[in-house]
Amino acid sequence: MTTPSRYWREIPQRYRLEANKCSKCGIKFFPPRLICPECKNRELEKTKIAETGKIITYTVIRVPPHQFVDQAPYAVGIVELDDGFKLTAQIVDCDFEDLKIGQKVRIEFRKIFDEGESGILCYGYKFVLDE
Amino acid sequence: MEGIIGYGAYIPRNRIKVEEIAKVWGADASSYKRGLMLEEKSVPSPDQDTITMSVEAAKNALRRAGIDPVDIGAVYVGSESHPYAVKPSGTVLAEALGATPEVHTADFEFACKAGTEGMFVALSLVKAGEIKYGLAVGADTSQGAPGDALEYSAAAGAAAFIFGQKNIIARTLDTYSYMTDTPDFWRREYQYYPQHGGRFTGDPAYFSHTKGAAKGIMKKAGMKPVDFDYVIFHQPNGKFPFRVGKMLGFNEKQIEPGWLVNRLGNTYSGSSPLGLTATLDISNPGDRILIVSYGSGAGSDAFIFEVTERIDEVRDMAPKTRDLLDKDKNYLEYGEYAKFRQKIRKAN
Ligand SMILES: [Zn+2]
Repeated sequence: MTTPSRYWREIPQRYRLEANKCSKCGIKFFPPRLICPECKNRELEKTKIAETGKIITYTVIRVPPHQFVDQAPYAVGIVELDDGFKLTAQIVDCDFEDLKIGQKVRIEFRKIFDEGESGILCYGYKFVLDE
Repeated sequence: MEGIIGYGAYIPRNRIKVEEIAKVWGADASSYKRGLMLEEKSVPSPDQDTITMSVEAAKNALRRAGIDPVDIGAVYVGSESHPYAVKPSGTVLAEALGATPEVHTADFEFACKAGTEGMFVALSLVKAGEIKYGLAVGADTSQGAPGDALEYSAAAGAAAFIFGQKNIIARTLDTYSYMTDTPDFWRREYQYYPQHGGRFTGDPAYFSHTKGAAKGIMKKAGMKPVDFDYVIFHQPNGKFPFRVGKMLGFNEKQIEPGWLVNRLGNTYSGSSPLGLTATLDISNPGDRILIVSYGSGAGSDAFIFEVTERIDEVRDMAPKTRDLLDKDKNYLEYGEYAKFRQKIRKAN
């Protein structure tokens, strides 16, 4: 169960792909961190990750966690974004036969799941195939 | 001077054909296709709603506007299918774009007219100098009751417009609104599907208000149908926009570029706004465009825009509406469509 407060805390990264970057060693973090694990620097600048990339690997989920039962079967992929970040998310609106390693994808804003008929709606990023 | 500085569209890739719906209900597909001038309609994926489509359309508008979203002072979403009964769509959109927290947000609802309502208010705030930029989106994932005539047309899509005073793509020459209390179409609280007045939705409703607004704005602006390169009317089906255009003295060439309904369906709050995006896509500097929305209940908002030279710079910065309509379609069978639209009753 996702509580509204936990969902709310993650809105900047889920909606806007907000990352941060160490002002000393330049490493980017997604999800954003409070302290750079390399140099313990606390001054991290706000940045964003890329919205396009390529599939590194993927799988088709047929027995999902309970919030995702209505969506099964669905594809989940690890994507290397154009800025080098690796991001795991659903790949939607595609035929599974069209999924290939190296396939170009882009991020779209989608509903991730809802908390039943009366709970909150959780939004965030998924991948769709890019031409 | 004020006007549109960015525009964007979003259309889901799923479609269902009129034949596929007619087959299930034992209806005559060819009479619906002829009578309504409809071939197919768009269908949202299960993870798409008014909010997600608004975000994608607004991002496309931002690509063309080339502004920092922090400078957007108003974010309005017009829809009759806001995902929450209580909780705004606009805050999710504003947050997803990065326009929060110094922003005014509101959700509008007025059957198919909610999109142009948001446009009217955003534009007016820009004109008054209250905000630097205003964003308005018309979006819907509308539902017709299974087997009802509306099921053949109720579709999904979104169009977004950013208004400002500098770097204008289409300057506003005039605005006008025309409203009466007319109960032609409604949905009560807690009801899943809308009700409509059948033939009553025609003459006293759509035609009366669309004509009232079109004549009113032309009189106000001192313009005639021949003064416009393009005109966009609300598109509940394929026939109505051509019929009302003819009544007013417009020809088919003025209507066709923004007439998407035969393969898109009626996107409700997104309908005439999407027609405007498709028209801007093919317009040239100096072109004059009239748009007249219609929402049951009932009323019409009208705007006259004049396209500027900046259209040539921004046209290709985001997907064109006709490309979203024509490319990469995924045809659904009725069973998948019923599942996608949650028309199937499941065990709890
Ligand atoms: Zn560091």
